[in-house]
Amino acid sequence: MVLSIKTAVSRNAKILALFAIVCTAIVGLVHSFTKDRIIFQQQQDLLRNLNSIIAEDSYNNVIYQDCLILPGTALETASSQKVYRARNNDEPIAAAITTVAPDGYNGNIELLIAINVNGSVSGVRTLKHQETPGLGDKIEVRKSDWIKSFNTKRLANKNDSRWLVKKDGGMFDQFTGATITPRAVVKAVRSTVIYFNEHQDKLFNSASNCQNKDSVKETF
Amino acid sequence: MKLNEEYKELAWQGLWKNNPGIVQLLGLCPLLAVTSTLTNAIGLGLATLFVLICSNATVSAIRHWVPKEIRIPIFVLIIASFVTCVQLLMNAYTFGLYQSLGIFLPLIVTNCAIIGRAEAYASKNPIKQATFDGLMMGLGFLLILMLLGTVREILGQGTLFDGANLLLGEWASILRVELFHLDSQFLLAILPPGAFIVMGLFIALKNAIDDRVAATQPKTENTEISRVRVNFDEK
Repeated sequence: MVLSIKTAVSRNAKILALFAIVCTAIVGLVHSFTKDRIIFQQQQDLLRNLNSIIAEDSYNNVIYQDCLILPGTALETASSQKVYRARNNDEPIAAAITTVAPDGYNGNIELLIAINVNGSVSGVRTLKHQETPGLGDKIEVRKSDWIKSFNTKRLANKNDSRWLVKKDGGMFDQFTGATITPRAVVKAVRSTVIYFNEHQDKLFNSASNCQNKDSVKETF
Repeated sequence: MKLNEEYKELAWQGLWKNNPGIVQLLGLCPLLAVTSTLTNAIGLGLATLFVLICSNATVSAIRHWVPKEIRIPIFVLIIASFVTCVQLLMNAYTFGLYQSLGIFLPLIVTNCAIIGRAEAYASKNPIKQATFDGLMMGLGFLLILMLLGTVREILGQGTLFDGANLLLGEWASILRVELFHLDSQFLLAILPPGAFIVMGLFIALKNAIDDRVAATQPKTENTEISRVRVNFDEK
């Protein structure tokens, strides 16, 4: 049987629409099934990172819910930053700030920087980067201990000249064959510490404003 | 008996003669990009295998209802849905691996090996054979990914199964083997150019083996101009 063009087109359109609906429904179903689990995984990942740089027994609040979103202008980065605040019986202990080092060798380097209330660095972790494997990727904690060299360091004043890589006269090692990456990380940590020192009261006293997005169901 | 022959032929085609990795050269992008470690290679290989089996089975199951004018968009829809599901499931259950495979998971959609099999084989054959074909083609692809991953990881980092815990859970950390310690990594092997070179060596090796085998066999027919055919069931 030869179909006229019109019936063929409308028949094909219907079949296509049917397939689109069925496929979308399946994806939707899987999404709703995995949604909570994915949020939970992201939460766990964040918590793992936070606990690796802020001692787990030093605070007793739900740290990922005690969170503040800073406008992008605060740290002069394009996107907004999050601050997770660790408190022990409402006493501020430390804050973990996400930031971006925009001047990596290959684009942005996302960092999580924890600073104690006394202004010393509690720890730094690299969350995401695209630096050269084998050279710049030593900023990952699983590749090298370099990122731990920030631990307990303080900034004496705003122009502390020790907060540079050794090549520039500072106290932080660069890597063989990669200076740009550590330079970018040092600079980002340094400006975050400066920001923290200047705005500490505000950082700890503002009300949480990113709680809803990060809440996780109790079932897990 | 004849059915057995067909399965044998399918396995032979998928694993060796028409291997999607080193003969058809389909899906090069993920192949070269993620094989810097064995774990990543296995992760992507399994994801591709799964999608290939599912899409072949589905395409074969619906082959009588799909008009040929709109078959391609429908195949794409099916493949994209499966890939999205795999992506969501991996994000939910193997979070670490999901992070390290990152962008290459959605790229399975664009892996021509999958739509190639859907179009060339699954859309013309019964479900059982189509599923088996998906399995064999997927295994062929997985095999090449694993070989590449092994060679590149050994050359580049001196390890094997680095990060296996991301794929298999915490217990798998013990699988990690450090064959030798490198003070500085052999960058070429880790970066994409290294993948091209190792890949080229594999193809050369396969051709050499084929030539050796052909030389030992008596010449029966004059060879025609041969070319790689994605579609081997048509003459």
